[in-house]
Amino acid sequence: MKRIEYFVTQTVTFQFLKLLRKQAFEFFETFGKMAIRLFEVMKFILTGQFTYRHVIEQCSRFAIDSLPITLTIVSMTSIILAVQIAPEMVKQGGANFIGGLLAIVTVREMGTIMTGFAIISMIGSSMASEIATMKVTDQVSAMKVLHVSPVKYLFVPRVIAGALMMPLITTVASTVGVFCGGFVSSLTSPEVTGLCFINSVKLGLFNRDIGIMLLKASCFGAAIAHISSSCGYDAEGGAKSVGIATTKAVVWSFIGIVIIDYIFALWFYF
Amino acid sequence: MTLKVEHLTKKFDDKVILDDISFEVKTGEILAIVGFSGSGKSTVLKLITGLLDKDGGTITSDDKGEVAMVFQYSALFDSLNVFDNITFALQERKEFRGKYSEKELREMVAKKLKTVGLSNIENKFPYELSGGMQKRVSFARAIMTEPSLILYDEPTAGLDPVASTIIEDYIVRLRNETNTTAIVVTHQLSTIKRCADRVIMLYHGKIVFEGTPSELEAGETPYTKQFMEASPEGPMKINVSDF
Repeated sequence: MKRIEYFVTQTVTFQFLKLLRKQAFEFFETFGKMAIRLFEVMKFILTGQFTYRHVIEQCSRFAIDSLPITLTIVSMTSIILAVQIAPEMVKQGGANFIGGLLAIVTVREMGTIMTGFAIISMIGSSMASEIATMKVTDQVSAMKVLHVSPVKYLFVPRVIAGALMMPLITTVASTVGVFCGGFVSSLTSPEVTGLCFINSVKLGLFNRDIGIMLLKASCFGAAIAHISSSCGYDAEGGAKSVGIATTKAVVWSFIGIVIIDYIFALWFYF
Repeated sequence: MTLKVEHLTKKFDDKVILDDISFEVKTGEILAIVGFSGSGKSTVLKLITGLLDKDGGTITSDDKGEVAMVFQYSALFDSLNVFDNITFALQERKEFRGKYSEKELREMVAKKLKTVGLSNIENKFPYELSGGMQKRVSFARAIMTEPSLILYDEPTAGLDPVASTIIEDYIVRLRNETNTTAIVVTHQLSTIKRCADRVIMLYHGKIVFEGTPSELEAGETPYTKQFMEASPEGPMKINVSDF
């Protein structure tokens, strides 16, 4: 009997299921911790327990530090899109729709998600590693001994800054992106004049789209800040765990914003 | 503050770190906790401060005064300068916020820094300070809220002998001036001799010796003898994996 048990435990299937169980446990544990902390964060925000100075510091980090890379990524994506669709649209006699199409794609989806990815790689990862370093060097313990809630001090200003700044960055990046796309369209296809492009944008884009973009960006910002802070906060041990926390923050943030994006798509456009 | 620890137990998974230990520290007393690595010394401090949850036993005190802790590697907030580090609790805690003006805070910080032998470093960041200075700044931070009990986790670890002496003198001076109770976790014999009124030794989560520093130094029990001789041979078996 013991021999059979031994052989069963050595099979690839058994090891795979064992790994799957471990991963599932870790997933629900991480998710549960994030959810509990989110309630705490909301409690502090709704009761006004935060310092404006810390929020402003984090806002500056969110907006100013990330703007160059965000602008580059969103503009380049719009340009690539314009290069690919403009000649085809002109061939089909749809030059008047290029601006609208580009604006809808950028405002509804691409601008927000690309900004989200840029913010995750630039700000989310740095938040996670900063908090993880504080955790492994006992700074978080020191905070607790001084009776200051780490969630209040570390999470709340970051989440507020994310929710406030992300719509701003997304608006700037999407606007620049659409105009860069328009400029490149007019270069590749002479039929697409500046006026024709702007008229098309005006026709294609509605205030509702802009409103949804702002709301979605706000949720993305808050989610990135919360997930990154939470992953950093879970770090235990040494330098290796800081690296693991940073990777985890990036992966979880990507998953988080894609899920939020899906919910928004179902809610507003389905 | 008189602190009473009774039947304290702590396990990490199945490993017993503290096994039903009891001790008392009286007001104004300095208790040193000694023992080899992995004996559960720092765990005692973390349980007293509430950083860890105990699995059994009670920790009681006769007043509700503040408990402060000086961490082994200072644990200064590296994104804040010395002034913000020292006034962290006063700036962030609801009960203190707005109680002191900027000018008053500056004066208080200057006074606390003077107490630990430092001055004019308020605008420096932790990375600009030496190990000894960081440790003294963390002392200043700990005493800012005027605690009744201070816990020192290896306060002289990594410091040169002179810096260690300054820290040890400071621990005693603070007790003499403010009658603050203190628990010092240490490996250093000099710290035990200069600071402690009483010593307890932990081994495998149990108290194997309790007495005065001179009794420890006399090495009359097999445990104290092994500790004083720093010998791997004796009743305390050293597990290499614990280091």
